[in-house]
Amino acid sequence: MSGLSLEQSPTTDGEVISNYTINFGPQHPAAHGVLRMVMELDGEIVERIDPHVGLLHRGTEKLIEYKTYLQALPYFDRLDYCSPLAQEYSYVLAIEKMLNIEVPERAQYLRVLFAELTRICNHLLNIGAHVMDVGAMTPNLWVFELREDCLNCFERATGARMHAAWFRPGGVHQDVPLKLLTDIGEWVDGRLPELFGDAMSLVMDNRIFKQRNVDIAIVSKEDAIAWGFSGPMLRAAGVPWDLRKSQPYDVYDRMDFEVPVGTNSDCYDRFMVRVQEVYQSIRIIKQCLAEMPDGPIATDDRKVSPPKRAEMKQSMEALIHHFKLYTEGFHVPAGEVYVATESPKGEFGVYLVSDGTNKPYRCKIRPTAFSHLQAMDMMTKGHMLADATAILGAIDVVFGECDR
Amino acid sequence: MSVLHSAPKIASNEGVRDALTTALGKQVLGSSEEHGEIIITVARDSIEDVLRTLRDDHAYQQLVEIAGVDYPDREERFEVVYMLLSLTKNHRVMVKVSTDEDTPVPTVTTLWPVAGWLEREVFDMYGVTFDGNTDLRRILTDYGFEGHPFRKDFPLTGYTELRYSEEEKRVVYEPVELAQDFRSFDFTSPWEGADYVLPGDEKAEKEDGE
Repeated sequence: MSGLSLEQSPTTDGEVISNYTINFGPQHPAAHGVLRMVMELDGEIVERIDPHVGLLHRGTEKLIEYKTYLQALPYFDRLDYCSPLAQEYSYVLAIEKMLNIEVPERAQYLRVLFAELTRICNHLLNIGAHVMDVGAMTPNLWVFELREDCLNCFERATGARMHAAWFRPGGVHQDVPLKLLTDIGEWVDGRLPELFGDAMSLVMDNRIFKQRNVDIAIVSKEDAIAWGFSGPMLRAAGVPWDLRKSQPYDVYDRMDFEVPVGTNSDCYDRFMVRVQEVYQSIRIIKQCLAEMPDGPIATDDRKVSPPKRAEMKQSMEALIHHFKLYTEGFHVPAGEVYVATESPKGEFGVYLVSDGTNKPYRCKIRPTAFSHLQAMDMMTKGHMLADATAILGAIDVVFGECDR
Repeated sequence: MSVLHSAPKIASNEGVRDALTTALGKQVLGSSEEHGEIIITVARDSIEDVLRTLRDDHAYQQLVEIAGVDYPDREERFEVVYMLLSLTKNHRVMVKVSTDEDTPVPTVTTLWPVAGWLEREVFDMYGVTFDGNTDLRRILTDYGFEGHPFRKDFPLTGYTELRYSEEEKRVVYEPVELAQDFRSFDFTSPWEGADYVLPGDEKAEKEDGE
């Protein structure tokens, strides 16, 4: 906490009570990355917060304008590096919407399956970090074990633990081995609910945890909507709004799951919504595994999706298609779309403007944390300094995504 | 055209465009419905009224995003696009205004507090000013940054780079120096939309003219 400055404020009786202005971050473990918050404190009460974001701004949207549609895809993994596949989802759906191509059923199931696995992975990290922010160490270590299992699944399917680049316009990049699917099935049946249940039993009814979270940063329904909240932040406020349910994409409309909502709209509710969402994701994963058909994993439109390696050894046309796709890339018809999916953190949207060439003319990314963080001042006002970390933990902010 | 893709399904667009353009009346400059998206272009000065009407009378409760787009060839080069979401009708619309470097767009922070940062971002990236936004500071770029990086005429590499200087014991800013030129690979087929002349093609042009 540097940059201590004293400010004289007029008070009575010769006693001078002064407000502190302090820097929270940018190098603070509870800042979840590189967030700098200029806080004005009255004693230990937060009077005003001015979050300074953008310390991780890399100009992703500008870079995307200089890449072909396919080359731009891996940038999405690097936005919210805690839930990479969920970011790719909005982007590939936006391209598919403009191209109007059909995605084979197996690919749709695979995408839903891995999007839910990503959600579990993301929530485990956030739940662990939130718990640790308010002082408990053990659950975080336990859920990191589970997160490791998750990342291993990603590695077996995509070859990368985090930066998968596995969702592609028209489907997914490669099929998964059957053994991986059976392993995921066993994991969601046994180890995940057991270990996760154990870890949560330590905190859910814990007195200290509740003291730190219940009735902290209550946001009314109206405020949550006006401040552009989405995802668990909006659901904790009691608004049953989940894009997977209300605006289903891929095979979400066939999935049977519930949307957990909060009643009190405080940090504890946000936490509990995420805990419940992990269980709902398990339900979706089980349905995906049970219903997933065999078949192709990407569209057979060779102008969008490359041919199989083996085919290229035999067919000249396949070779040409492959060459053209990886040099020029495919062209997307002119127009503009806004496509948003339910990422683990909320509504993650992509506003894509195409001018008919092989590169996006403009790709605006709608981050989830941006609007949540903006409300930091409104939520924290009047709370103690120590509550700021709990509030920040409950927002679930990742700066790769917020700053782009 | 039938819908083959599996992108998010919202409530039907049928009749919505007509209903909204009629309700907004003279403020509407144009509207389109492509790729399943309803886009309404409105007069710049009426944006606040338009969004208020959409929010209060047509149940578009949430302002999801404000995006800037730069079209340098146009007379008013910037577009500001407002994405609205209706939680009750389960529907989305986009509302657009256009502006140039000098003309401010009326703020909508009066309607949604979330617009504050969203407008700051458009200002930071494109230099579009918002009349009435009391806190129009830069948001994503560095402290003391100059220029508006997402404009099409701003180079991808930028103008300055910074490094930690061991001699001065601080971070120093220097003009960008590239070891090799930025390589822009143009793989566009010369038959479709490449904007350069293939060697030899200039002869064909000459013959036409004669």
